[in-house]
Amino acid sequence: MAEATRCGPPMSARPAAAPPTDPPRSLSLTARLATALALLLVVGAAIVAVLAFAYGRSAAQRTYDRLLIGAARQIADATTLGDGRVMVNLPVSAFELLALAPEDRVVYAVFAPDGEIVTGYPLPRPASGADTFYSADITGEPARFVATEHIFAERDFTGAAAIVVGQTTRARDRLAREITENALAVMALAGVLMSALAAFAVRSALGPLRRIEASIAGRPPTDLTPLKTPVPSEIGGLVRTLNRFMERLRRQDMTTRTLIADASHQLRTPIAALRAQAELAAEESDPARQRAIVARIHERSVSLGRLTDQLLNHALIIHRADAAPRTRLDLRTVAIQATDETDHDLFASEDVLQLDLPDEPVWCIGDSLSLVEACKNLLFNALRHGTPPVTVTARRERGWAVLAVEDCGPGLPEEDWADATTRYARSSGVSPTSAGLGLAIVKSVAVAHRGDLRFGRTAKGHFEAALVLRAATGAAG
Amino acid sequence: MIRRALALAACLAGAATGAAALPQAEAVAHFGPPEAPFHILVRGALDIDSFFPALSAFVAVTPGTQVTLEQWNTNDLYDQAAAACRGAATPSDLVISSSMDQQVKLVNDGCAQPFRSALATRLPTDRIWRDELFGLTHEPAVMVYNRRLVPEGDAPQSRFDLLDLLRRDEGTYAGRVATYDIERSGVGYLFAFLDSQQATTFGSLIEAFARADVVATCCSAEIIDGVTRGRYLIAYNVLGPYALARAAGNPDLVVVSPSDYTLVMSRAAFIPKDAREPGPAGALIDFLLSDPGQAAMAETYLTIVPGAPDALRPIPLSPVLLVGLDRQKREQLLELWRQTFPPPSP
Repeated sequence: MAEATRCGPPMSARPAAAPPTDPPRSLSLTARLATALALLLVVGAAIVAVLAFAYGRSAAQRTYDRLLIGAARQIADATTLGDGRVMVNLPVSAFELLALAPEDRVVYAVFAPDGEIVTGYPLPRPASGADTFYSADITGEPARFVATEHIFAERDFTGAAAIVVGQTTRARDRLAREITENALAVMALAGVLMSALAAFAVRSALGPLRRIEASIAGRPPTDLTPLKTPVPSEIGGLVRTLNRFMERLRRQDMTTRTLIADASHQLRTPIAALRAQAELAAEESDPARQRAIVARIHERSVSLGRLTDQLLNHALIIHRADAAPRTRLDLRTVAIQATDETDHDLFASEDVLQLDLPDEPVWCIGDSLSLVEACKNLLFNALRHGTPPVTVTARRERGWAVLAVEDCGPGLPEEDWADATTRYARSSGVSPTSAGLGLAIVKSVAVAHRGDLRFGRTAKGHFEAALVLRAATGAAG
Repeated sequence: MIRRALALAACLAGAATGAAALPQAEAVAHFGPPEAPFHILVRGALDIDSFFPALSAFVAVTPGTQVTLEQWNTNDLYDQAAAACRGAATPSDLVISSSMDQQVKLVNDGCAQPFRSALATRLPTDRIWRDELFGLTHEPAVMVYNRRLVPEGDAPQSRFDLLDLLRRDEGTYAGRVATYDIERSGVGYLFAFLDSQQATTFGSLIEAFARADVVATCCSAEIIDGVTRGRYLIAYNVLGPYALARAAGNPDLVVVSPSDYTLVMSRAAFIPKDAREPGPAGALIDFLLSDPGQAAMAETYLTIVPGAPDALRPIPLSPVLLVGLDRQKREQLLELWRQTFPPPSP
């Protein structure tokens, strides 16, 4: 029996139950949100700044270009012919227009059709005709220029006088800057509002979590019923998982309780009997009768050992059915292991137990220990109640991997098949009289593997109990 | 403390010698100890006497600074500053001129460097341009008459009064009214140009000037001397401070701010871009703009504006003043002027 535990993962390998501590902390939601928001705002501000600056520049450019062309046109209108030469009566209004950019320097020039400067600053003559804007410098300061023209078509004088007006760009730059700053101010305000809103959103979003926390904290320790707190759909998954987790806890708790109840009930009687026998033996003076009593004590302790073993295995398997990790395994190995571990005391002869295994592996996904125990249970039943020899078979049937135990007798009557596994389901499936009949264990292992326990008769009319599991592909893993 | 080397006083001398080389200062004055570590050279189209109290006060509160003040004719100063701007002459540390339009042009041509201070930023916008040009004073363009020679009923209060006097048939005022020769005086040209913006009044005025043989001559001092002595009965568009200073010592002189409109000139200062001592020059600007500086200038009437506040027309420091300096505009105005005032027969 010691072998059974050796094959399963030792209990001590599981994490020891730690005292309740705070979970390891990761970045708080507020910090995450703040980081994301800060990133969003910085990127947003950068984009807005670039866009606002571009817009501000073009708006300022358009605005002041209009002033510039307005002034140039006024000068063009004041350009006349007198005594056969170009005359300019420079209008004050043109300069008042330009002075709307109060901090900017102004240059201008009027060119006669022959290219000579009539009046103004010594500027280069513009290359092309009417209303062209261009950028240049006024003694080292960036400036914007416009060139326009005034066409003369007189009897003795034809041609176009060119007018150039230039102005430095302080006012434009300032306007562009103001537009940008205003946009950024709005952005900053929006940022503050967004932050406040986000803080509020985090608080309100975490509300349901706090409600769940309060609901769990307020429970009595034995209350493992599902949470009924209404929650938003986003954390519905969490609550469902939590409820499933609690359901599992509850089931295990139930199992444990049943087991303890069974065990205490079922172990007390044989132990009391053993003690009574032992007392009898101590008082018996006749050696022959004493030996007979000792033989009974031995028989009873073997039976008690098996009973204890069953109980513990059942507990382990019920536990594993929920918890143990599934691996890919070969049912042939399970069959061999189960056969090896079966108590040979029960066998009358060596050929009572036979293995019928195929050459190919029979893959399925499952927990080896549970399956071995289930198989051992079936074997034990067959050996105990069936007709030898007993044959263990592993085979593949279409999409199913089957582990079957067959004996040569008729087995359970057919009308009991449907009932056989449920009859003991309410208890641990163990009793002094039927120790080893744990079909409930087998059934629960099968169900935990999303398979089934089936009974059947072979062609020869032999009884067969089979674990039917989903087959796994051989290539996997 | 003050050594004063008076050069040629007469403004005609500048014109006579200016043809040969670069124009020269008319007079020079020094304020403060010569061994001072800082030395500010101020070139001004101004009268040394009128800036004497202000500069004395400045060196008194600013130890370690010596100020050399050169007195220039406006047009000569403009030529000199423009030459310094091109690198063709030695720059000064501060240029002050009554010819605001020429100052605006120098700043517009990039000859100045910015100066920023708390006082300067508080100036009204028409007295500061680009943080480079600062209006220091309030000097009205006034009319002056001799109380002894002009009957009380004739005393002009506005340009319209003056027009009426000039149009009289009996010719009492013919040849007895004087104004600046705008070809030689920058500030005279500035006043005439701004008058010319008042199209109707100016047309009538010019026409009346021509009919009444108004005398165009140079310089406030000369014109006011003429009024004092009775050579002229009325002077038109002379600078307020000179007139007020003379009137303070002579009860016969009456100074009138024209009630239709009174142009108020603000002597404009800038620090040349190549100034050797821009820091101390800025300190001087700041002092002149401060209350003690304004008070010191008030002693010589540089910040005193008599007359009705409603009629005052401060001349703003703005690129609009460039129009008057336009070559053709100037030619047109001077042409009109020459027709009005035929050159005196030699």
